[in-house]
Amino acid sequence: MASATSADTFPQMGSLGDVHMSGERRLPASPVNPVMETRDLNVFYGDFHAVHDVNLSYGRHEITAMIGPSGCGKSTVLRCLNRMNDLVASARVEGEVLYHGQDVYEKSVDPIAVRTHIGMVFQKPNPFPKSIYDNIAYGPRVTGMKVDNMDDLVEEALRGAALWDEVKDKLKQSAYGLSGGQQQRLCIARTIATRPDVILMDEPCSALDPIATARVEDLMLELRNEYTIIVVTHNMQQAARVSDRTAFFTARPDETTGNRTGLLVEYDLTSTIFSNPNDKRTEDYISGRFG
Amino acid sequence: MSTAATAAAQTVRLTAGRSRERNVGSLVFLGLLWFSLFFGVMVLVVLIIDTMLKGSVRFDSDLLFSYESSLNPESTGFRAGILGSLWLMVTTAVMAVPLGIAAAVYLEEFSNSRRWYNRIIEVNLQNLAAVPSIVYGLLAVAVMALFGFQQKNIVLGGAIALALLILPVVIITSREALRAVPREIRDGSLALGATQWQTTWRQTLPSAIPGIATGTILGLSRAIGEAAPLLLLGLGAVRFDPEGVLSRVTALPIQIYRLSTQSQVAFQEAASAGIIVLLVMILLLNGVAIFIRNKFQRSW
Repeated sequence: MASATSADTFPQMGSLGDVHMSGERRLPASPVNPVMETRDLNVFYGDFHAVHDVNLSYGRHEITAMIGPSGCGKSTVLRCLNRMNDLVASARVEGEVLYHGQDVYEKSVDPIAVRTHIGMVFQKPNPFPKSIYDNIAYGPRVTGMKVDNMDDLVEEALRGAALWDEVKDKLKQSAYGLSGGQQQRLCIARTIATRPDVILMDEPCSALDPIATARVEDLMLELRNEYTIIVVTHNMQQAARVSDRTAFFTARPDETTGNRTGLLVEYDLTSTIFSNPNDKRTEDYISGRFG
Repeated sequence: MSTAATAAAQTVRLTAGRSRERNVGSLVFLGLLWFSLFFGVMVLVVLIIDTMLKGSVRFDSDLLFSYESSLNPESTGFRAGILGSLWLMVTTAVMAVPLGIAAAVYLEEFSNSRRWYNRIIEVNLQNLAAVPSIVYGLLAVAVMALFGFQQKNIVLGGAIALALLILPVVIITSREALRAVPREIRDGSLALGATQWQTTWRQTLPSAIPGIATGTILGLSRAIGEAAPLLLLGLGAVRFDPEGVLSRVTALPIQIYRLSTQSQVAFQEAASAGIIVLLVMILLLNGVAIFIRNKFQRSW
């Protein structure tokens, strides 16, 4: 699990009033025609019950943030959405993960196909040890996407990730020469090059400095127009700044074993979660009293 | 007391006592460590210098380009051994490297390490690396007999023995190289919709090539010095160049072994010179390994 990061940097969230809220958008109280849904999602690692009964729906062209203390299972839920948990040998998933109404965990579903529709950006920028160009072209190449002109696709993806102007003269150079923030935007560009429908982001800014973080957040708000974004974050201010809806998770220790099982506490519009939460635990967490 | 005086007093306290790093016990221990190092290095240096001095009379072109000769001990050479060792190395590499890498890729990327049979393979790989080389000689004799070869002292026979010998080393070092490729690279590839197979071919293996190459070359440099398994296969004196994998062959260590058991001084000298030739070949191989490692090394 990820370590406590930015949440510790801002221990007091007392003056939530002056945090910019994206809730200016008028949104229905719950997503209409959600792109993705989880129904009674339970995840086990061996005998360890990691996530308990998560019911969530993710709205089209919305940014949904999942927040909560370390070990509350939010990353686990995220990795179920594109079946990245398949890669953990001991992981077992129960319940349904619906993508446009189809359960991605059904036997007939190909996890490779799921991942081409549902892209993912990771916590630590993970460019491939290749040129910037090849980093972008890799996805379309391996998935056998029909591309008329790869150069155009690379430019489009880099423009989409607000990186084109910075790298257009060094496309053939190694991606490892870029700064951390640029690398993360490259990873976002790489993901949108395969034209996914949903982009999952697992603490995309936790390894970045504040300026790089701001740029990625701006990018997220731009991408919202074309993609559905689901982001796990430790940084509550980030959730408040960028997300339309926020799901708050917490961990409940098992009375006998002491293992902590993650569960969803509250899910609502971000403005509601941060101004008028229903649950006492949510209120305690966002006001910095625990977590 | 003034602050200046306090500061002075503290300075004195820091410098007055004797350093506990230099008490008798640690000095003795340090001396022991130095002696061990000195002893190890010294033995090696003396051996090499002694061999070089003995062999120095034979550092001539006959040494490299002539065949073994019992009539003229002064001009006996290692042509057959050098060429034979090169043939053996190439054939060994052709057999052991693809097998070793494939086994490593399976174990690292595809196998479920919780399955009992994979665990057994895991444990036994470590054991295989420690098996005495002569056992592999026996194994190679059996394999050659199985395939119906009357003559076992051919390139193929020797290469089978040496390939079996270095296979565990190649597998283990290749696995380490694969394991050194960060999880994030694989995740990044898979998350873009690549299959596990594509991820292995296009990301993991290319990133691991320098490590695999280094390990393989170090394995080969172990194989080139082996005499025991080759003796078992009956490799002896040969006075022609190997022409193929079915050609009879000898190897440098075999020639050295045979010459050093002769009573004539000239043969002893030739053996010493041959050892230097072998050492140079091993050093060259290790040099290539170091070059590859430094040139392609990547920090993640």
